[in-house]
Amino acid sequence: MTAPDPLIWNQLAATGVGLLLLLAALAIPFASRRLGVRLVYGACSLVCATLAAAALPVLFATESTSAVIALPIGLPLGQTLLGFDRLSAAFAVVINLTTAIVSVYAIGYGVHAREPLRVLPPYPAFIAGMNLVLLAQDAFSFLVGWEFMSIASWALVVSEDRSESNLRAGLVYIVMATAGALTLLLAFGLLAGAQGNYSFAAMRQSGAFGSAAIVLALALLGAGSKAGLVPLHAWLPLAHPAAPSHVSALMSGVMTKVAVYGFARIVLDLLGPPAWWWSVPVLLVAAVTTLLGVLYALMEHDLKRLLAYHTVENIGIIFIGLGLALAFEANGLATAAALALTASIFHVFNHSLFKSLLFLGSGAVLTATGERDMEHLGGLIRGMPVTALAFLVGCIAISALPPFNGFVSEWLTFQAILVSPQLPQWIPRLLVPAVGATLACAAALAAACFVKAFGATFLGRARSDAAVAARETDRWSRTAMLLLALACLLAGVLPGFVIDALAGVCQMLVGASLAPQATQPWLRIVPLDPARSAYNGLLVFVMIILAAAATSLIVRRFASHALRRSAAWDCGYPDPSPITQYTSGSFAQPIRRVFGSAVFRARERVTMPHPGDTGMARLEVELHDTIWDTFYVPVIRSVNAASTWLNQLQFLTIRKYLTLVFAALVLLLIIVGTLR
Amino acid sequence: MKYGWLTQIGQLLLVLVLAPLLTGITRKIKARFLRRRGASIAQPYRDLLKLIRKETVIAENASWLYRSAPYVIFATTWVAAALVPTFAVGLSFSAAADLIVIVGLLGTARFFLALAGLDVGTSFGGIGSSREMMFASLAEPAMLMVVFTLSLFAGSTQLSSISEYMLGPHAGLSISVALALVALIIVSLAENSRIPVDNPATHLELTMVHEAMVLEYSGRHLAVIEAAASLKLLLYLSLIACLFAPWGTAASGDGASAYAVGLAVYVLKLLALGFALVVFETAIAKMRVFRVPEFLGVALMLGLLAAVLLFVSRLTQ
Repeated sequence: MTAPDPLIWNQLAATGVGLLLLLAALAIPFASRRLGVRLVYGACSLVCATLAAAALPVLFATESTSAVIALPIGLPLGQTLLGFDRLSAAFAVVINLTTAIVSVYAIGYGVHAREPLRVLPPYPAFIAGMNLVLLAQDAFSFLVGWEFMSIASWALVVSEDRSESNLRAGLVYIVMATAGALTLLLAFGLLAGAQGNYSFAAMRQSGAFGSAAIVLALALLGAGSKAGLVPLHAWLPLAHPAAPSHVSALMSGVMTKVAVYGFARIVLDLLGPPAWWWSVPVLLVAAVTTLLGVLYALMEHDLKRLLAYHTVENIGIIFIGLGLALAFEANGLATAAALALTASIFHVFNHSLFKSLLFLGSGAVLTATGERDMEHLGGLIRGMPVTALAFLVGCIAISALPPFNGFVSEWLTFQAILVSPQLPQWIPRLLVPAVGATLACAAALAAACFVKAFGATFLGRARSDAAVAARETDRWSRTAMLLLALACLLAGVLPGFVIDALAGVCQMLVGASLAPQATQPWLRIVPLDPARSAYNGLLVFVMIILAAAATSLIVRRFASHALRRSAAWDCGYPDPSPITQYTSGSFAQPIRRVFGSAVFRARERVTMPHPGDTGMARLEVELHDTIWDTFYVPVIRSVNAASTWLNQLQFLTIRKYLTLVFAALVLLLIIVGTLR
Repeated sequence: MKYGWLTQIGQLLLVLVLAPLLTGITRKIKARFLRRRGASIAQPYRDLLKLIRKETVIAENASWLYRSAPYVIFATTWVAAALVPTFAVGLSFSAAADLIVIVGLLGTARFFLALAGLDVGTSFGGIGSSREMMFASLAEPAMLMVVFTLSLFAGSTQLSSISEYMLGPHAGLSISVALALVALIIVSLAENSRIPVDNPATHLELTMVHEAMVLEYSGRHLAVIEAAASLKLLLYLSLIACLFAPWGTAASGDGASAYAVGLAVYVLKLLALGFALVVFETAIAKMRVFRVPEFLGVALMLGLLAAVLLFVSRLTQ
């Protein structure tokens, strides 16, 4: 059997993108009917599944394919080059797999949209934009796809425009997205150099024009603002929750991965061989992002905002892997670089699965109760057992607990950190243990965060009538959530196959890959050397299941079967009111006391009534978003001041306008004259 | 290899049998220190038997999670305890999981315990879960820094490799090892709800953490959770013994006599560590809850210091 021409897969993928754009147009007449909405989402799911399938052969190709489709459109005298290579194929599989499942969810969930005409057309366009970014083999089509993705997702963020906070989220988002795209444009401009050849192949040949440091900084700003690196994350917790939940899942679980792809493409691929110090800013920013992301998430009581902040943390973990890969590659430690890169992209895959799952769960909660605020939820595990089970799997996976998938990628990251004493330079050597400690702290805090999220939402007693009345969500949504939960488990117990799938990407970017894992005995994974470290997710999972089964059998056999339901004991003083339970705020209070005073300038004020006074005691908590205050408020203030000052130009007499025009003309002539 | 399986299964059963005994012995020694006579060392077994024979009472609104959590907690703790070499290295599952996995498995157990504390929706359950997770947010990174330090020494995160390295000629006394040991001891105290972090014997509402989470449990569920708690104590003491005092442990190719010696030495080590634990507990007062983060912060900083010292010392070589 001869392998088909690789061009076919790229043609298939490009057709898929075209189909998605067609769907976006078709969605306008379809949006008015329920069946139409379902059909469009179903079609999106099928197209995404096809796109994922089209990317798979490229991912497993042994040689880098040069089968690029050239379309005679684009920049003047330029071409649009489309095609996957191994790097973009890996991201394409991740993105389209998750999007396909999320679209299945949307078949059920999408009909709840208040104005489907505002949601349905941008949805396929958004997916098409993300795929175009991945397919692009030149900077022009990359940026067109990038902007397409930004604008379509912006339209989805403001689709529910009745609340002012959504409009503000849309504004912050579009400003940040525009600024990010601008920095990427400049980065590509520097990469293209004086010849101005914008194809990736040419950029790879020529290397950066001028300083690589500037390109690195621009890539960090541009891709980092889209991915949510601190301090550029500010739009993310506003915009991701504002969108309908299936779109939140895509924005948080999938679109941030496109941003990671953009960074990896520019820094690891196009910018040429790295210098060791490139890793320093990446690692620093990533470590800060990891820790602050999870602390912000812990302070939240809005379920969707908590999830969005937690995306920030996970992006930090992904960038820690990328930073380590840069440090290792610069020092010729190719296998270690492959380990760090594998950990990073594995986490990309994992995060897209469990973050989408969690957002879908929050969407199911939102449909059932109309609430996002965890202080008004509680006890949903009884009304919504399937959603609760899927959400629980997501919580365990994202908290990096074995035997689920989040643990594997963090384990690989730790293994990469443990190789770092081989680095010859002082600075990364001292930095990396600190990064390791930050990562360990963040992992433990993430577990606290998701005990809080699951506990406040699904456990305990219902805190509102809506939570009491909550019923299970529809069949499509349940299927999608269970599929994602299953994927989380499978990636956790059979990680070897994922690592093997990433071998080609590592080979392409750092020139080495990890040893094949699928041939290891008992399906264990051995990143470097069996004497050094190994993990067998399947065996650990089977052992846990066997141990739990044996225990319950023994208990069943020998223990008393008597079981009685009665009122909660609570040390003899149960309180009938559900508001005396621990809420999400009180759950996080100890952590706020430990970490919050430094990070959030948190203040607690307790006002006690005088003895004998039967009035209520008050506890007031004050939190500051230090990053917003430090980085954003000055910018906003100066823009406001400048625009107020320039505003007087609107109210001049015609004489003054003519003078201004004349002055401007003279000024321009002087500039042109001196430059000649 | 065939010994590997036998040793593994032997160890699975051994930890199960020994764990309540260890708890009984520490309680007995502690009672003697407090000039009480104390219950027999077999009392924990009797307690477990008593509990599983009793009727189980659960709250009206308890969910499926509440009823399944004890088994998950017990299973993950048991698997973790079975992976720590006790009397012999070369367990057949040791290639399946390294030290980080053991930390992770204990994390899974804690995750479910904290969720179970929140399930019924009482304020005591909440207070326990919330404080437990706050302690864990410092204890777990401290534990991982200890893991880092030891694996930087041995070039491996596998417990049997680290244990062999510590027995070998290269391991000398080092500041990093000492710091890591202190950090591990602090973490062990916190993770096992011992004084000064928590008091396993308390039922004074506002000071309890572990007990607050399991307050609603009764009957067979409580028995399973209590067994998991004793297993966890055994696990941490075995871990200290395996990492910092690996002498006498049987190697994979040794004969039956080496295994017998290994077993005897292991029991002695457990007794010594249990005794030291009781001495420490009796000599110190319980801390206020918000002093605990400082105590655990010390462990985290010691762990980090140990790792950084190692990174630097490798640099100067």
